[in-house]
Parts: sequence; C-alpha cells; structure tokens
Amino acid sequence: MKDDPTLPRQPRLRAWFPGGSLLWPLAGLGALLLFNLVFATGFFRLELRDGHVYGTLVDILNQGSKAMLLSIGMTLVIASGGVDLSVGSLMAISGAVAATAVAKGTVPFGAAVGAALAAGGFAGLCNGFLVAVVRIQPIVATLILMVAGRGIAMLLTDGQIVTFEHPAFVFLGNGHLAGLPFTLFLVLLSLGATALVMRRTAAGLFLESVGDNERAAALCGISGTRVKLWVYAFSGLCAALAGLVATSNVKAADSSRVGEMMELDAIFAVVVGGTSLTGGRFTLLGSLIGAILIQTLTTTLYNLGLEPAIAPVPKAIVVVGVCLLQSSRFRGELSGWLRSRRAAA
Amino acid sequence: MSPPLLEARGISKAFRGAQALSGVDLTLREGEIHALMGENGAGKSTLIKVLTGVHPPDAGTIQWEGRPIQPRTPHEAEGHGISTVYQEVNLVPNLSIADNLLLGRQPTRLGLIRGGEVRRRASASLTRLGLDLDVRAPLGSCSLAVQQMVAIARALDIQARLLILDEPTSSLDEREVATLFSLLGRLKEKGLAILFVTHFLDQVYALADRITVLRNGARVGDYPVAELPRLRLIEAMLGREFHPVSPATDAPRSDSPTPPEAFTPLLEARGLGRSGGMNPVDLSIHPGEILGLSGLLGSGRTETARMLFGVDRPDQGSLRINGAEQEIRSPREGLRLGLAYCAEDRKAEGIIPNLSVRENLILAVQAGRGPLRLMGRAEQETLADHYIRALNIRTASRETPIRNLSGGNQQKVLLARWLALQPKLILLDEPTRGIDVGAKAEIERLVASLRGAGTAVLFISSDLEEMVRNCQRVAVLKDRRKIGELAGADITPSGIMRLIAHHEG
Repeated sequence: MKDDPTLPRQPRLRAWFPGGSLLWPLAGLGALLLFNLVFATGFFRLELRDGHVYGTLVDILNQGSKAMLLSIGMTLVIASGGVDLSVGSLMAISGAVAATAVAKGTVPFGAAVGAALAAGGFAGLCNGFLVAVVRIQPIVATLILMVAGRGIAMLLTDGQIVTFEHPAFVFLGNGHLAGLPFTLFLVLLSLGATALVMRRTAAGLFLESVGDNERAAALCGISGTRVKLWVYAFSGLCAALAGLVATSNVKAADSSRVGEMMELDAIFAVVVGGTSLTGGRFTLLGSLIGAILIQTLTTTLYNLGLEPAIAPVPKAIVVVGVCLLQSSRFRGELSGWLRSRRAAA
Repeated sequence: MSPPLLEARGISKAFRGAQALSGVDLTLREGEIHALMGENGAGKSTLIKVLTGVHPPDAGTIQWEGRPIQPRTPHEAEGHGISTVYQEVNLVPNLSIADNLLLGRQPTRLGLIRGGEVRRRASASLTRLGLDLDVRAPLGSCSLAVQQMVAIARALDIQARLLILDEPTSSLDEREVATLFSLLGRLKEKGLAILFVTHFLDQVYALADRITVLRNGARVGDYPVAELPRLRLIEAMLGREFHPVSPATDAPRSDSPTPPEAFTPLLEARGLGRSGGMNPVDLSIHPGEILGLSGLLGSGRTETARMLFGVDRPDQGSLRINGAEQEIRSPREGLRLGLAYCAEDRKAEGIIPNLSVRENLILAVQAGRGPLRLMGRAEQETLADHYIRALNIRTASRETPIRNLSGGNQQKVLLARWLALQPKLILLDEPTRGIDVGAKAEIERLVASLRGAGTAVLFISSDLEEMVRNCQRVAVLKDRRKIGELAGADITPSGIMRLIAHHEG
C-alpha cells in the first residue's frame, strides 16, 4: 500500500482529533473500497426506495454502528492505558433492562432507556472501581463483568428471550431519518458530544497525560483514579447505547447472543484507528474509521460468499497489516528492504 | 608477583553521544574486596556492564589472568568466572530456593528434573557458604537478605572467581547487612575477588581493601582503604581537589543576608518523618530564601522533598505553612497550598513524553483550574511562548512532543510548568542533573531570580559547588537524618564534607 495522494488531509479535523496519523486506517479503508470497486458488482450502488437510501455502503454504516458506539468508549479506556473487555456483556445487560421494562408496557420508553443507560454506566463504574481503586489489571478486572454480565442479563430476563413490538424502541435500531438510518445520527451525535467534551474541556488533556505518564500527571495534581473511574463508566454508557441498538435490531433481548465478541471488534477499531494500546494520545475519528474498516471487511467477506466461520482469518490479516503500517519502525525497515532489493536488481 | 585477576585498561563507552566512560582503568586481585564508588552518573553501572559483557566497550582492553578477554554476553563473562548479582534480585520468587539455585542447570533423568538431587545439591552449596536454609521454601517468602545470599550462592555455584555486587545492601536492614558481610569475608578468605558498589561510606570502611573512585565517567583514583580517609573519599567523589582550605571558593559569600528569623517561615517542619523513609527532620524555609539539602546519595534528600509535597505521606511530626498547621496528603493538596515539586527523575515523574511542549507546560496550571475551565488556545500559546522565550527553551515549535527535546530543554519546560503556577515554595530536586553546562547556568540564574521575586526554594543538588553558589542555608543530611545546618559564610564545600565525614552515624 503506498501513500494515496487522493486521500484528503484534514488539518482542521486533526486539531480536533489529535493522536496517530489517520492516513493508514484511511489507506486501508481506501484499499478495501478499491477492491470492491473492481471485484464486487453493485457494491457502490445506492437506490432510493420509499424515501430511504439503500445499498451496501449504507448497510455497512448501519451494521457497524454498534462497533462504532463501543469504540468511542473503548478509545478513552485504551487512552487511559487500560482495556474494557466487558462491553459485549454490558450490551446484553442494557438490552435486557430496556426490553423487560418495555415488555411490561407500563414503563414509559424514556425511563426504560434511562434505566438501561444507567445500568451500563453503573456497571462501567464498577469496572473503574476495580481498576482504579482496587488496582486490578484492567484485562482481569473487566473480564469479571465480561463473564458475569451475561449471567446478570439472563437473571433479568429469567433466561428467556424477551421480544417486543414497541414502535419507539424498534425505531431506535431500524428507523430512518432524512432517508438515512437513524443509527448513523446516533453515532455522529455520540462522537461529536464526546469529542466536544474531550477537546473543549481539559478532560482530554488530563486523560492523555494520565495514560502517557500517570506518575508525572499525579505530581501535577491530576488524579489518575478519578480519570479512570470516569472513562470506564463512560465506556459502560457507550456499551449500553450499543446494546439498545443491537436489541432494537432484532426486536428482542437475546442475552446470550447480543454483543457477542463485540469487545474484540471495538478494540480492533481503536487499535487500527491509531490509538496506542500503551495509552496516551487518542483519536476518536481514527477509531470511527477503524470501526468502519472492520465492518467493510466483514461485509466484503460476506459478499464474497466466505463462510462466517472462516471470515476471522482474513480479518486478522488485515488488522495485522494496518497495525504494521502504523509502526514507523516497520515502515522504515520495509522501505530499507525495498531499497536494498532495488539496489541489488 | 602474579598478574592481577582482572585488569581493565582505558575502557571507554559512549551512549548516543553521551560519554559514559572515558579511559577508565580498574585492577582487581584475588582475595580482595574492592569498592567502586561514585555519585550518580559517575559510570559505575556502565563499567560493571562492560566487565560482564552487557555492553561492549568502544575502546580499551580487559585482561583476565594476563590474557585478553572480550565477553560479549553475561553468559560468556560467566564462562570466564565473572558473576554478577544485581541490586534487584533477578530470580524467580515463586520457585523454591533449590530450584532458583539450579535454575537452567537442574540435573535430569530422561528429561525430567530430579527433585531430590536438586534439593541435595542446593543444600550442599548453601552449606558451603555456611547458610542453613530450608531449600524447599519459595524464594519469595524469604527476606531480601536471604534472597540476596541465594543470588550470591547461585553466582558462586558456577565456579565464579570474581563476584560483582551492585548495591547489595541498599534494601537490607542492619542485621542482614552484618550477615552478608560475614559471608563476603569468608568468600574473600577463599581467594575470591569481590567488586561491590555501595553508597554507604561506613560499609566501605568496614569491608573493603581498596577503593576505586569514578567521577563523570573518568577514574579519579585507586586507593588502599587505609590511605583514603573519609573526607578525601567524599572529595574525590564530589569532585574537589584536596586542599584544607581553598581560598577561591571557600571565601565568604558576598550576599549572605541575615537570616530573616523575625518573619514567620513560609514552611516549618517539626519532627516530620516517615517510617521506612526518613527519620524525623526539622526544617524551616522563609519567603525569598534558598534552602539547600545536601548529603550523599541515599542520605534522604529526595525522601524529604517528597514528604513535604505529599507524594509520600509523613506519619509523624507536624508541618506549618505560613504559620498555620497543615497536613499535606497528596500532591494536589501540596499544589493548593502553593508548593511545587520538580522531581529528580525527569523521565519517570516529569515529562509526559508524547504530549507537546505546550501541553506539558500548561498541565499543572490547567490541573489547578480543574477539568471544566479549559484555558483558551490563545492563552495556552501565550503562556507557552512566554516561557519558551524567557527560559530560552530550544524546540522546533511549541507543538513538538517533549520527548524530542534534549534533556536540558526538557528540564526547562518542566521548570516552566511549575513556575507558571507562581508557587510560594518550589522544591527543586536535582534540577541540573544530566544537562549541559549552558543550561545549568541558565537554571541557576533562574533560581536566583526566583529568590528576588520572594519565592522560597528548596534546592537539592549533588554538586557541592552548586549548593554553595545558590543557597543561603544548607541542611546537611546523612543516613536519612539531618545532621546539621550551615548558613551564610559557613557554606563551603569542605564545610559540608567535613560535617558528613565526621558525623558519627
């Protein structure tokens, strides 16, 4: 993959979303789209039906909205130097809370959504407590809820799949606004609000300094404990929102299936997007692009007729490739190798 | 006379342009305990790493029993009989003592480890050292001294003839040190050469036969212990020629004001201490005063500063700020009371490496305002530009990540971070370490100007000349205790050294 000169460079956006270079995830995405342009007929076709835009590209954005929502929270957690494995399970909890409330018919929809978000936020806060106060390694601390979360969701639904036909709830994951899927607006709104809070207050600066050098930040009077409590709680909130969308998609709270393996997609998205797993600098826009890249890949493989069971293999290859391209050291060694090959020839 | 066991000549080593060792000689004989002394950055660790094959030297030769050797890995050095025990015991705490002793060399039968044989051999090698330990106990459950001795036993088990100990006693208590020393004494009788690094003077005089002193990567000298009194050793380490009184620098300071005893001190500590950290200490600093903390490495200078700022919470004594009793339990509280602490370890506790110069510089000010009131971009840039100009910080731009700056410029950014808070008291812990001479002078000028502005400064430096130049009063520490205070004309390098040398711990 070479530098694509047609790729837009956006200095103003970069100021809002600092962090790794967006060039490489964009290059990866560009290459995937190029592949589809050549090999997949109709990939770029969009059509207007009943005032709604349909097509593979729209599907990708709609399908990928859950991973995008998760990756917003995950970006902040990873920037703090941690990781959140529980988001998939928190999606199940949130879906179970909202579906059981809606199924009762007596609870107003707003309260059901509020309860689901509160449940996610609280569960995230528990993660934060384990990481920041008890000081358990993030991967272990969040593994607890990753395993236990689905059990809690099952308890809420009595082990049943709770179905519903509530119009507002169904709209959340399936409705359209101005011809486009509503989820798209949900993602943009969440991303915009998060970016606003991170860059228009000092929260982003504090988060990056804690993730980059917690001891130095502490001497400046920045409490790593407080920052971590917040980011894990926020990640829980994002997971709850993603859980609402996923539950609405299938019009049922299926606690054992919803959000399965989604935590990995979210982590992939963040890493592919250019935020380092060691913490510090983060880029929300990069994570968004990363999430789109992952979903495009999934859809491409699906269109090629690859069995879903095999799909993770090419997915892994692309993730490794993009991560390697982001490493300036790897790029240096690669270009050195190419040069020596050329010199030898 | 037989050739010395090890003779290193003209060893030089540079790391990325910084000369760590230049033309250092070292001679070690059998049955000799040799102390390697020097302040931080003198090149002790580098020399050890060259001898043990961790770093290849840029220049110089190593003769082992008269034959040249060039160890390229620690394993090769061990093959010659050079064994090293590092400060942090690098063994496996979850394995038993026996397993640790024979790790990688366990006797096997059909590819399986023979547990009984392992234990038998382990006990045998410990008994040879006069140690009676349960070899089945996990190493992690033993005291640090025992772990250290197991590490030594392991080193000796490979027929070592030279044992190198890097600060073996820094984490041991007195009784453990005594046990270790009696063991080293027995090893010496068996004809081993022992090279050890320590910061504790008393231990050198209790144990060593010869002393090699390094300073700034060069050898100052190699002396029999009997011919090097403490005062001269300290002078050799800290870098002053030996003159009983040197008129040039020991002249009374021209600007020694009467200590402003009449005013309330800005900070007053009474019996402030922390068990396991610092013995109770009394200190007072007045506005516009520069108080120095002097003492050798490990004397408790940094510990005192950290205690005052609330990084490590004191557990005894009291602290008054502007006459009001205060308890500082965290850096946040310290900052709120107008204190700022510029830490000694720039990399671990100073810079936020991937953030820009601007972000590093405004961080403490922003933290004081809280997360919600973000300083405007223009305000941040004005502040950053002001200090970049005022402190002559050389950086490509204010948006350059701070890790790309040189050490001296990183240090200036960090000073700017604290100065931007306009603190009432700034604690400067080795602010000039590892930076070039020009930056040093600039930082000293800055400290002097702070004083003019009425800021109190607690100044810590290993460089005695620097202490003399900058401080109005100097509190001298030794072995985590304050042993005295010098003021005005009494502050001279030899005065400080005499205090340290003659104080009986």
